[in-house]
Amino acid sequence: MKKLNIKNMKKSTKSNFITYAMVILVFAVVQFMVSGGMMSSLMQGLLVPLCTYSIVAVGLNLCVGYLGELSLGHAGFMCVGAFSSAFFTKYMVPSGMNETLRFLLAIVIGTLVAAAFGYLIGIPVLRLRGDYLAIVTLAFGEIIKNVINVMYVGRDSAGLHLSFKDKASLNLGEDGEMIVDGAKGITGTPHQSTFLIGVIILLISLVVVFHLVNSRSGRAIMAIRDNRIAAESVGINITKYKLMAFSISAAIAGAGGVLYAHNLSTLIALPANFGYNMSIMILVFVVLGGIGSFRGSIIAAVVLTMLPEVLRGLADYRMLIYAIVLIIMMLFNWAPKAIEWRQRFSLKRLFHKNTEEVQ
Amino acid sequence: MSFISYLVNGISLGSIYAIIALGYTMVYGIAKMLNFAHGDVIMIGCYFVFTMMTSMNMNPWISLLAAIAGCTILGVLIEKIAYKPLRKATPLAVLITAIGVSYFLQNLALIIFGADTKSFTSIVNMEPVRLAEGKLVISGVTIVTVSVCLVIILALMAFIKKSKSGQAMLAVSEDKDAAQLMGVNVNRTISLTFAIGSGLAAIAGVLLCSAYPTLSPYTGSMPGIKAFTAAVFGGIGSIPGAFIGGILLGVIEILGRAYISSQLSDAIVFAVLILVLLIKPTGILGKPVHEKV
Repeated sequence: MKKLNIKNMKKSTKSNFITYAMVILVFAVVQFMVSGGMMSSLMQGLLVPLCTYSIVAVGLNLCVGYLGELSLGHAGFMCVGAFSSAFFTKYMVPSGMNETLRFLLAIVIGTLVAAAFGYLIGIPVLRLRGDYLAIVTLAFGEIIKNVINVMYVGRDSAGLHLSFKDKASLNLGEDGEMIVDGAKGITGTPHQSTFLIGVIILLISLVVVFHLVNSRSGRAIMAIRDNRIAAESVGINITKYKLMAFSISAAIAGAGGVLYAHNLSTLIALPANFGYNMSIMILVFVVLGGIGSFRGSIIAAVVLTMLPEVLRGLADYRMLIYAIVLIIMMLFNWAPKAIEWRQRFSLKRLFHKNTEEVQ
Repeated sequence: MSFISYLVNGISLGSIYAIIALGYTMVYGIAKMLNFAHGDVIMIGCYFVFTMMTSMNMNPWISLLAAIAGCTILGVLIEKIAYKPLRKATPLAVLITAIGVSYFLQNLALIIFGADTKSFTSIVNMEPVRLAEGKLVISGVTIVTVSVCLVIILALMAFIKKSKSGQAMLAVSEDKDAAQLMGVNVNRTISLTFAIGSGLAAIAGVLLCSAYPTLSPYTGSMPGIKAFTAAVFGGIGSIPGAFIGGILLGVIEILGRAYISSQLSDAIVFAVLILVLLIKPTGILGKPVHEKV
């Protein structure tokens, strides 16, 4: 067996392994605590949402940190993943398919459908930049949520019926069954998301993004972020790489959506779960964890979700704290005065005072 | 006849969008940033008027003046605290900060005033006008809204064209550094822009809540995003553009709600935004921008 030589490893590889190790370690500790009965049922109920948020945050971080564009529509991709997979599961339940296989297929379908949406939406959206791109992704996210809220799908012996008007216009037969019931969403999806599955999806997402950003394609994506015109002039296909990053980012958000959908018995597209607020919450995780740092996104998602649960009094102020976190982080990173202050009191400089002063 | 009454409603809603869009378009023209918090300044303005009218029994017009003053100060403060230090930062950082400010205002209102929807008493008590033998009724709010919007647009255009501060705004939006070299106080001009935009937001908010008498911490965010759409539609940075975009968007929204689907009216408005940005990103009256290498 080839030995892992930590010292000669590339810096990025080492950092990736730390992230994997961190996730696996947390997983092991949590499993130990659950089996030892050291975890309240409230906390146990938070485990799957934690994985969901971490996964979506990793996806959004790929878009914000490496593509350099702010997407406010990731809740929309989550929504697409959630509904397409829940639809599949609900559709397959009567067929008596093996449950594990069905869930695996649901994950694949949710991810692929979200990726397809990311690709299709990306074609027009990625022609824009900056503020316009953010607002158009927000618009697409809202449109997705709106359309799902007026979508009615039912099934009877004649097959599937689809309507965008109301339940009655489906003309279902007597043996008919509603699958997607407009604003009432999908009910009765089996609970299949477990912490284990969540961690596995998170690890797979991490493998995908780490491989992407350390590959030739990843360098092309970062070159586009840093200077689009220069990247174009050295022959990088801008559209191709932007679409690649955007659809992978959407796919990961979709996988998070699958996990979300199979953790609830009733799936409804509300402003709170798939609207603009969810996109902002995920953005807070990305910003607090550090734009471009996947490990940071996961830590921030876990800490910010757990914190209001641990400190009960904070629960009412959670959103307000998120808002302040966003503003302070940006001011701290970019305001000229904050930069000056950070340079004066940076740890590096305190430890290497002499070397710094020589330069 | 119902078509004409929808059209009138659309123009009324569109006038409100136009007043809000002015704030977006002026700030975007001068500070080159999307002030996401603008919609929430509207909501704060409404709460100002609501609180003064209900718990202090103030005259509606005095409350309105106080709300305008309050929102103006709020707008200037937001600029000073959150946006000014980031003037040289990447656009992404500025955008995230603006989203943070918007979210902050929403949740602050949520904590102070609660999540329940308040019913707002219209401050306009004008008799509705009946036309065509009573078949077409135009409400007092509609008349006031449309005329206020026209007055504001004309006054603002005159202000920009005739006054020294208005000319300074034009200069700063054209080239910040060159304007500074010519002796224009850039910081003061940007503050003035935020002040005017936020003051107008208070007026728009009161008109909005008079026409649609519900008030919650989320009242401002959707009209805010739609008004930004209107500003983009008309051509960002252009004042007549904000007016045209606002009216068109209001009419599209009301007609869409009436003839296509009431649940999809937001989706229709956003589809318009996407189409405009893809077909003519500079909007109806916008100037094309060429990228320099």
